[in-house]
Amino acid sequence: MDFELNADQRAFIELASQFAEAELAPHAAEWDAEQIFPVETLRKAGELGLCGLYASESIGGLGLPRLDCAMVFEALSRGCTSTTAYISIHNMATWMVGQYASAEVGGALGPALCSGQQLASYCLTEPGAGSDAASLRTSAVRDGDVYRLTGSKIFISGAGSTDLLIVMARTGVDGPRGISAFAVDANSVGISFGRKEIKMGWNSQPTRQVNFDQVEVPAERLLGAEGEGFRIAMAGLNGGRINIAACSVGTAQMALEQARAFTLERKQFGRPIADFQALQFRLADMATELVAARQMVRLAASKLDIDDPDKSTYAAMAKRFATDAGYRVCDEALQLHGGIGYIREYPFERYLRDTRVHRILEGSNEIMRVLVARRLLDNAAALM
Amino acid sequence: MKILVTCKRVLDPYVKARVKADGTGVNLDNVKMAMNPFDEIAIEEAIRMREAGKADEIVAVSIGAAKTEETLRTALAMGADRAVHVVTEDDIEPLGVAKVLKSLVESEQPGLVIMGKQAIDGDSNQAGQMLAALLGWAQGTNVSNVELDGDTANITREIDGGLERLALKMPCVLTSDLRLNEPRYASLPNIMKAKKKPMDKKPIDELGVDTAPRQTLVSVSEPPPRAAGVKVASVDELVDKLKNEAQVI
Repeated sequence: MDFELNADQRAFIELASQFAEAELAPHAAEWDAEQIFPVETLRKAGELGLCGLYASESIGGLGLPRLDCAMVFEALSRGCTSTTAYISIHNMATWMVGQYASAEVGGALGPALCSGQQLASYCLTEPGAGSDAASLRTSAVRDGDVYRLTGSKIFISGAGSTDLLIVMARTGVDGPRGISAFAVDANSVGISFGRKEIKMGWNSQPTRQVNFDQVEVPAERLLGAEGEGFRIAMAGLNGGRINIAACSVGTAQMALEQARAFTLERKQFGRPIADFQALQFRLADMATELVAARQMVRLAASKLDIDDPDKSTYAAMAKRFATDAGYRVCDEALQLHGGIGYIREYPFERYLRDTRVHRILEGSNEIMRVLVARRLLDNAAALM
Repeated sequence: MKILVTCKRVLDPYVKARVKADGTGVNLDNVKMAMNPFDEIAIEEAIRMREAGKADEIVAVSIGAAKTEETLRTALAMGADRAVHVVTEDDIEPLGVAKVLKSLVESEQPGLVIMGKQAIDGDSNQAGQMLAALLGWAQGTNVSNVELDGDTANITREIDGGLERLALKMPCVLTSDLRLNEPRYASLPNIMKAKKKPMDKKPIDELGVDTAPRQTLVSVSEPPPRAAGVKVASVDELVDKLKNEAQVI
């Protein structure tokens, strides 16, 4: 067992860090303030391979291990949390196409997605189905060679600016077994988008409601088989949770580095504030929690790579822990900066706003606890 | 035409260098290493020449310990076709580097050698010039623009007084300045492909060149900490201090 990075991982992180520093960080504040979805930057990311990181090679992806991907997302999020989070969602949707679409559909959609020429959104949540996702009501009715989709999805990242929607809809009975997944062209007749939501953070990606009114989807756009949609949605989220957690870790690392530099530089009462033990202890706790969070994220990614039977539980633990810890570290970094931390000339309040939502989406941290507890209290299984 | 480009593994330029406690050098344990930035520029220029149809093969060369392989992989990921790793644990002085490169030039027969103008660790700025002298080739150092035209390399050099334009007879040795180009990223697909590109490892002893050090390192120390400034009352006092105290005019 070896906790050190291998040569590949170092090279991937190097590229992601360069991209974050040169292409993301200089614009992150403006994208946040002006609510700009940086499509050109996403295309550049695609040219470098960042849009099909773990999608299968058969559709033009790189098929990288999730562990390596978590490191890439962590490095990217140092430049812009919100944009990286979108890139990770796009990667998740692209992976689903590679994994579950037919060879023909995957071959047709994959290359444009993996190269960032086309962008994707993941559509699971509905007005009446959030944490209880299996209760979703958007319907897909088979009609000859097509399905007709009707219903609404809310809080869809990228919606209105993306080209492909991965939509979970009901084709059968109530509950998880009646759900199917579809790859739907965003410009299909019958799709309309709601207003752009005004959010606390994640402002470099638009969030909208998507309405489906008898939208015709060719039957071959079904992902997997009928009834497998919920399983597919959850398989996507196992990785998605790790990715989002990695975005929290990278952002927190950035916050900690700046807080450290600031406490060494800032003088009060005649000496650097880093001389005060109260602040030293806070920095020590921030660093310790951050390292713990990073290791949990990497452990969960590794469990996913080896298809461990408890991979979902590890992903849930890592997501819960790392998004909470990451948010706390960003908050502490803001506090250590005092008044400076609160004004928008500095990035700390943005870090806080951007990482806040990581505790809510991809399954709220409460649902993560539900998953962990369910596994823990399962009498038939050994303790993890 | 074949182009030989050099790349050195150095302390990452954005990492703070720390001198070893015993004064024998800079601490390189557990610090981030990177390709010398001027060498990245050299590789980028070679790739652009190949893309413009002026070259058909790029060989990246480095001299160093086992981990130097990673720096060469970066060169391959950027676009070099193959790599030669001259393996040694020792620090090789610029003349030794030039001799090693001369030996490789003799076996590889490139039409052009492009190097960084200097490596950001030792800042010697000597290896390129020495290589050109040993080969008896023309040299263009600190180049900020290169146009290849048949057997001639038309170059622009950044010199103190402005820009100098020279026409060099090929083959020649060029060393890159900062403004020659902006190096590309090594994309993820290219990082993967680079793993399959050939890398030739040659122990330095097998080249039969004398790389024994000719200099003795006495000690390495941190620059003195910056002292507080003083306020001067008049221009005369300033001039006097510059002349007699700082001795800079």
